[in-house]
Amino acid sequence: MNEQTGRRVVTVRAVDKHFGTGPTRIHALKNVSLEAFAGEILMLVGPSGCGKTTLLSAIAGTLRVESGEIDVFGKPVHAMRNADLTRFRAAHIGFIFQQFNLIPTIGIAENVAVPLLIRGSRTAEAVDRARAALESVGLGARWRERPLKLSGGEQQRVAIARALVHEPPLVICDEPTAALDARNGEIVLELFRNVARSPDRAVIIVTHDNRIFSYADRIARMDDGEIIEETLQPRTEPPHFIHEHAHAASSA
Amino acid sequence: MLRLALKMLFGDTAKYLMLVVGLFFATFLIVQQASVFCGLMSWTTSTLSNVGAPIFVVEERVEQINETNPLRDTDVARVRSVAGVKWAMPLYSGIQRVRLDDGSYKTVQLLGIDSASLAGSPGRMIEGNIEDLRLPNTVIIDELAVTRLARSPDRPIRVGDRFEINDIEARVVGICDAKRSFTGGPYVWTTYERALQYTPASRKMLSAVIAASADGLTPSQAAVEISQTTGLRAFVNEGFGDNPNDFNTSTIWWYVRNTGIPVSFGTTVIIGLIVGIAISCQTFYAFVLDNIRHLGALKAMGMSNPRLSLILLIQSATVGMIGFGIGLLVCSGFAYIAIQNQQPPFMMPWQIPVAAFGIIQTICFIAALLGIIRLSAYEPAMVFRA
Repeated sequence: MNEQTGRRVVTVRAVDKHFGTGPTRIHALKNVSLEAFAGEILMLVGPSGCGKTTLLSAIAGTLRVESGEIDVFGKPVHAMRNADLTRFRAAHIGFIFQQFNLIPTIGIAENVAVPLLIRGSRTAEAVDRARAALESVGLGARWRERPLKLSGGEQQRVAIARALVHEPPLVICDEPTAALDARNGEIVLELFRNVARSPDRAVIIVTHDNRIFSYADRIARMDDGEIIEETLQPRTEPPHFIHEHAHAASSA
Repeated sequence: MLRLALKMLFGDTAKYLMLVVGLFFATFLIVQQASVFCGLMSWTTSTLSNVGAPIFVVEERVEQINETNPLRDTDVARVRSVAGVKWAMPLYSGIQRVRLDDGSYKTVQLLGIDSASLAGSPGRMIEGNIEDLRLPNTVIIDELAVTRLARSPDRPIRVGDRFEINDIEARVVGICDAKRSFTGGPYVWTTYERALQYTPASRKMLSAVIAASADGLTPSQAAVEISQTTGLRAFVNEGFGDNPNDFNTSTIWWYVRNTGIPVSFGTTVIIGLIVGIAISCQTFYAFVLDNIRHLGALKAMGMSNPRLSLILLIQSATVGMIGFGIGLLVCSGFAYIAIQNQQPPFMMPWQIPVAAFGIIQTICFIAALLGIIRLSAYEPAMVFRA
């Protein structure tokens, strides 16, 4: 999949963002422009502090930029009111965080049901759909358990189920493999690849983990608040054991 | 959303229990101390309840029932002469010492009532006959006296037993139900004339004149007429309220103004309040801080600030209700024991739990508000930071 065949879902034009004031003021994003397309995995890569997460937050509408424009599914998120932005995020974006951010005091099915509850679904219906989402990541049998009983990889799979349960057209992932070992990281990435195969959905991943770059359809490399390089790359099949494990997880 | 809020709350067992314990403690202190205070204040007006007359006429400077500025015996006739008075009788009220068989002494609240009408006699007799008070050297005692004036722990005082009041014999002819006195001594009824014999002589012995209003007049109207005609102070006996001419109201306010009792109890109530606020606000705020990343994640995922605030309000109100409920339940247990033992004084008018519930919910609201302020300032982008 590439930019010629996929629908454009995110457009970032000449965005600037500063943090702090006076001598400690940091120019976090410098005239950044970027596009993301449906059906692809876009990775924002680069060293720590280069502005990847700031750009991701701006695209997600959780951070205001000072200048420039950000359109997501044709909506100008840079100009939306906070309340509208909140509703927009609930309807269009699935989030996967580096630290998972699963609520430890409720079961994993209830965690997964949260985006549905935010959108006003009834609890029973939301939990039913959450259980189905957990099935799809291979954790259907453990839906009653609490997050802290799961391994890091399993928690990230729960977070993926949470991000996808309401079928958002844009999935945003911040360092999804940072807290995982290599094997779990690759299993999780294979799940992302399955997600991105949907022609109506785009996945944007922020990472500096070069082990997973091969999963990207496009890589935008950042440094010091700027995008210095954008490369398209052919999709490759993952190592055999990962494919088997992901398949087993999906069909469990 | 309600379920999610409650599960988040109950799931953090340590903080949840801490919150409940803090609010339970605050509720218990507030309700128990306020009720004991009300009970103590109600004891100050026991004589008014036990005598039960609708009008009490006393010396003009008297402000409360336990203060006695004696009147002249002729004042009874002066009150009777007022047109608005149906009847007026003498009343003696004073603390006297009783000598028991073993030689020990106990103080009692001696009441002397008119022997002909027996106006001011106990409202309910448990044993014996009120008419027997007209027999020589007889008294009627209240239930408290049964144990307080007992010959030994195994031998409570009974009808027919004798003791001495200031070296003069008193024979028990009845036991009655009476409200306990503020001084802690039991009530002993006798006739007015005999009360004067039991009491060391002085020039004026009449404590008060009890009266009733004539038909067609309210006690308040009759009291005004008595005061205007005789120059004495006439109080009505209707119960604590906002009527400054009610003897209960006047008595209780006198104790509030002139003793350290309200300050003492008030201090404990305020401590309860401070402890409640400190524990609850601190713990709830810590609960919010512990969950700030998760709440921030909810915010990032599209949960609005009002809905997040509602979650915190539901959580705080829930712990408030549970803490209040347990506090009130334990306080009821305390009340049961207090009422069984007739001490410490305990009276819980409905205003106390209602006010305590309001206070506890206010504490919880403040606690939730602190969390809401913190959460409102939390940028959803923060959840992307490791």
